[in-house]
Amino acid sequence: MAAIRLIGVTKTYGQVRANDDVHLTVEAGSVHGLLGENGAGKSTLMKILFGMTRPDAGSVEVDGVPVRLRSSADAVTAGIGMVQQHFSLVESYTVTENLVLGRSPGGPLRRLTHRLDLDGAAQQVTEMSDRFGFRIDPHARVSTLAVGARQRVEILKALWSGTRILILDEPTAALAPPEAAELFTVLRRLRDDGTTIILISHKMPEVFDLCDRVSVLRDGRVVGHRDLGPAHADESARRRLEAELVRLMIGRDQPERPHRPGEPGEPVLVARNLGGGRLHPTDLTVHAGEILGVAGVEGNGQTELVELLVGVRRADSGTIELDGHDVTRTGPGVRLRHGLAHIAEDRHTAAVAERMSIAANTALGFTDTPPLARGRWWLSAKRTARLADALIRRHAVRAGTTSDPVTSLSGGNQQKLVVGRELARAPRLMLAVQPTRGLDVGAAGAVHEALLALRDAGAGVLLVSLDLTEVMSVSDRIIVLSGGRIVGETPARDADPDLLGIWMTGARPTEAAA
Amino acid sequence: MNPTLIEEIVTDEPNPTPAAALTGYARRLRGTLLGAPAAFLLTIVAALLAVLPIVYLAGSDPATAYRALAHGSLGNQNAIAETLIQATPLLLGGLAVATAFHAGLFNIGVEGQLVVGGLCSAVVGIHAPLPGILHLAASVAAGMAGGALWAAIPALLKAHRGVHEVVTTIMMNYLAFSLSRYLVASDGPLASTTQPSATDRVTDSARFALIWTPTRLHAGFLLALLVTALMTWYLYRTPAGFRLRITGANPTTARFHGINTRRVTVRAMLLSGALAGLAGAVEVLGLYGRYYDSFSPGYGYDAIAVALLGQLVPFGTLVAALFFGILRAGSVELAATTGISREMIGVVSALVIGFVAVQPAVARLLARVLRRTR
Repeated sequence: MAAIRLIGVTKTYGQVRANDDVHLTVEAGSVHGLLGENGAGKSTLMKILFGMTRPDAGSVEVDGVPVRLRSSADAVTAGIGMVQQHFSLVESYTVTENLVLGRSPGGPLRRLTHRLDLDGAAQQVTEMSDRFGFRIDPHARVSTLAVGARQRVEILKALWSGTRILILDEPTAALAPPEAAELFTVLRRLRDDGTTIILISHKMPEVFDLCDRVSVLRDGRVVGHRDLGPAHADESARRRLEAELVRLMIGRDQPERPHRPGEPGEPVLVARNLGGGRLHPTDLTVHAGEILGVAGVEGNGQTELVELLVGVRRADSGTIELDGHDVTRTGPGVRLRHGLAHIAEDRHTAAVAERMSIAANTALGFTDTPPLARGRWWLSAKRTARLADALIRRHAVRAGTTSDPVTSLSGGNQQKLVVGRELARAPRLMLAVQPTRGLDVGAAGAVHEALLALRDAGAGVLLVSLDLTEVMSVSDRIIVLSGGRIVGETPARDADPDLLGIWMTGARPTEAAA
Repeated sequence: MNPTLIEEIVTDEPNPTPAAALTGYARRLRGTLLGAPAAFLLTIVAALLAVLPIVYLAGSDPATAYRALAHGSLGNQNAIAETLIQATPLLLGGLAVATAFHAGLFNIGVEGQLVVGGLCSAVVGIHAPLPGILHLAASVAAGMAGGALWAAIPALLKAHRGVHEVVTTIMMNYLAFSLSRYLVASDGPLASTTQPSATDRVTDSARFALIWTPTRLHAGFLLALLVTALMTWYLYRTPAGFRLRITGANPTTARFHGINTRRVTVRAMLLSGALAGLAGAVEVLGLYGRYYDSFSPGYGYDAIAVALLGQLVPFGTLVAALFFGILRAGSVELAATTGISREMIGVVSALVIGFVAVQPAVARLLARVLRRTR
């Protein structure tokens, strides 16, 4: 019997079709995997299922009965529970207190007149915990628990409010392998007990480990379903199916290759044994006249790599050489002067100061030297405005006056401004992280052209992107980060998207990872 | 970084056409003319209206009260001078608060820094054997140094340990009050033999000159005006001021672009403290001629309202300081003729802070209404 049926669900945000006529059936008492790249529409679909957004068209059936999910409360009533990537526990409360929070029995009168039976609740938690192998002490304060344990508390919380259909959004993203194994044990027991589980994941091994059936989303559409029965226990069948799923996720159409290959010269960036945070010690070289693409699923060390190279994170190990200068122990200011430019991944936090004017934002990093500054005690307002005017004109930014706050611009126009400012540094090394985020096709093309022109002028470019198509169409050389390590490297000209996908999802260990 | 490209970009950009320049200028003018002063006036009007029922409940006729207030602050030469005298420490204190705010810091310690600044300027003013204008300059500098010193501990704790400056500056306030009370207590080391709870008189060479006889108005007011102009230049026309503002607006962005945000934080806090210390020094060296225990009736706290009402812009702070100067100077006659306590001024200043705080919400509401009617 079907626990969930989605019929023709469609949701558009502006120009983007996040979900396009999605049909999906989830069998009761099964684990159903949902695979797809970033932005494929998985999260939107689950938000609809949990009542957080309403679809433009289509309907949802739970246990064969059509339901209208107008809020998360409706979803909870229908027996649907969701564990998000960001937890929603009160840290200073105990596990039991978190579970009963807002869910004590009876009406308002009873709540006022009766004592809250915490001991009884704790007893129930213990029973539940033992039955499914949660291994959670009901009296433990959440603040003392590790990430894995907190996540199991989230699941307990969902079950506590009567969840029979459990949605997990990338549950292992923040977990160490042993914690993940513990989670899987719990999930298997829950399934055997009759709970239906929907698992959103990027990781091929865990999908094969856990799921009975898997659906693949691409560009908002369901592009395929596969059964993952015990039939795939044998290695070769499993590998064939893995490759097939990766191809479904990424798409068959070959991305465009670079119009013109670069001519790599001297190295402009040499990182040796560089490590910090999630990034294991890594060797990395970017040459002048080369675009090095860094592909990978979010959260596999890209952020750490970028922060280390910019100089806002202290390296745990290794050295960084920028255009011949050892900059390992220097901050961002020195690196900027040695020819670094950086298009930040998160514009809002690291690239603009939203409360300040367009002119102030375009002047960032130029205010200590001529032509904007004349000595230490004079910063020319006229030239600052001129720079802003020039960048607005050169990069076709739609803007009012340069004294307007940067928030008066749309996200795409802000991004154009940031890209323009960083190009104006005439860098030796451009760190472009998701440089086309929020841009339409035309503007994204212009950014790619600008990066290629920068490369042809003899600069090195490090392009970090979650969009494999972007990486493949612009780069000269591609490396793949997974689990904080470079797990593969290939020239872009003969890059095989299937292979890159396999590297990214960790579907099969490669020699490079060893 | 290759400076030639940016040089090229800036010099190659054609001069805006006269028409474009004019429309741009008009837009900016409309922005400032309609935005900031309108918000300023509306806030004041709202606060003065909201205080009416309280005045009424206090048993007075609002019309009489306002007439007394106006006469007491602007009615004659002496009244106007008193208004300017009251506005002086509020202006300097307001600049101190505004400077810290621009760097994303909430300096509640202006009152304490002002006290320490006053003390230090008095000590130098009494004891340093310097001739003429040098003595005054040294005393003023001592006041600024004292204020900066008092801000240094919160500054360092904030920059290097992330300790919230609101907590530490409040604590420093109490230290300042207790320290000053001890120093000028009856057997304290700085106590005068003739005047209780005060230091000896400052040497005449360390006093600010009177500039409008027969009133008490002194040259400290002119100094405050000069400092207002200097702060405008510093904040908006120097690289250091740019670093300070960008750090306040988004510290992460600042850090990613090579700005040492710790250093900026420390400097901004020291500068803020120095301005607060200057406010204290001006009172001691200009108005009183000696340090009195608790000479400040809470200038440092009112300075927060002044800075907020002035929208953190130095010129706006000047106008706001004059408004609060009117309230303070007028409150004497207000109390004498209507029997309303001078504390009513505190109520108005609290209302001002409240109305400034709701401004963003009001602006959002207005924008929504405008969008709907369009």
